Amino acid sequence: MSIVAVLVLAVGTYAFRVAGPLLRDRIVLPDRVRTLLSISAVVLLFALVATAAVMDGQRFAGWALPAGVLAGGVLAWRRAPFVVVVVAAAGVTAGLRLLGVG
Amino acid sequence: MWRTLDREVVRDVLALAAADVVIGASFGAIAVSAGLPLWLPCALSLLVFAGGAQFLAVGVIAAGGSPLAAVFGGLLLNARHLPFGLAIGDLVGRGRLGRLVGSHLMTDESVAFAMAQRDQVRGRAAFWATGTVLFVVWNLGTAAGALAGTAIGDPAALGLDAAFPAALLALVLPGLKDRDTRRAALLGAAVALAASPFLPPGVPLLLALAGLVVAVPRRTAVPS
Repeated sequence: MSIVAVLVLAVGTYAFRVAGPLLRDRIVLPDRVRTLLSISAVVLLFALVATAAVMDGQRFAGWALPAGVLAGGVLAWRRAPFVVVVVAAAGVTAGLRLLGVG
Repeated sequence: MWRTLDREVVRDVLALAAADVVIGASFGAIAVSAGLPLWLPCALSLLVFAGGAQFLAVGVIAAGGSPLAAVFGGLLLNARHLPFGLAIGDLVGRGRLGRLVGSHLMTDESVAFAMAQRDQVRGRAAFWATGTVLFVVWNLGTAAGALAGTAIGDPAALGLDAAFPAALLALVLPGLKDRDTRRAALLGAAVALAASPFLPPGVPLLLALAGLVVAVPRRTAVPS
């Protein structure tokens, strides 16, 4: 991987990042569209959670990972502190892997 | 900026930063032990600053893939920042310079933290705090890991790959109370999961936006 490849990836990523904020400067969006855009961010983040919890690339990640994320999700739903959610998720996954669960 | 933030938010960001530094270190170590030069993971962390795409790119190269595939895969994975930016563009920064700099700090975590706040001022502060802290620890972690090389342990053994989705889930959960949002998110996640075995990483996430169809029809249902 050359410096050129790194730069192309960096510039392309930055273009994706900066396009939204700059467009928002120039155009006034109707309320309904703004609402849909906030919903779309939640949809993306939730889909990211789901795929990151279950998949490793194009393969199933094994049971330990979704079990940990689920444990964290249940704790978050029960209003546990954020730190507890994060530590518990990692702990459950690490514990299951220690026990030999994939 | 820090005064605008609730103490809880500061504590939560620091918790995430602790996990981030370890993952950054493992990224640096993995890259160097795959035979890549020391500067490469550091340049990626500094200039790309997107963990998923960086791991993907280095993974492709380490597996003997072409740089073109590494770059293309990374870009696909990062395409989600475009809809993120459209959604939270107002929270990225005030003024042109603020937005140009703030955009580089846009990550899943900074977007999620910003959206979890109850008003715009707090949202903007949370975005910058999360983005800045994670940028610093991610780069320090990468450099430390690249220098330490294979001495760094496996982050999977620590379950850190579960920490980040769980953190995002905790941040997104309050937003799912809204019925339209919940239905769209569930449908979107189902679409993304169904597509994941067949498409390169990143593309299923974009397809998840199809979930929005269940949130749209209300506009026509309510005549105005």
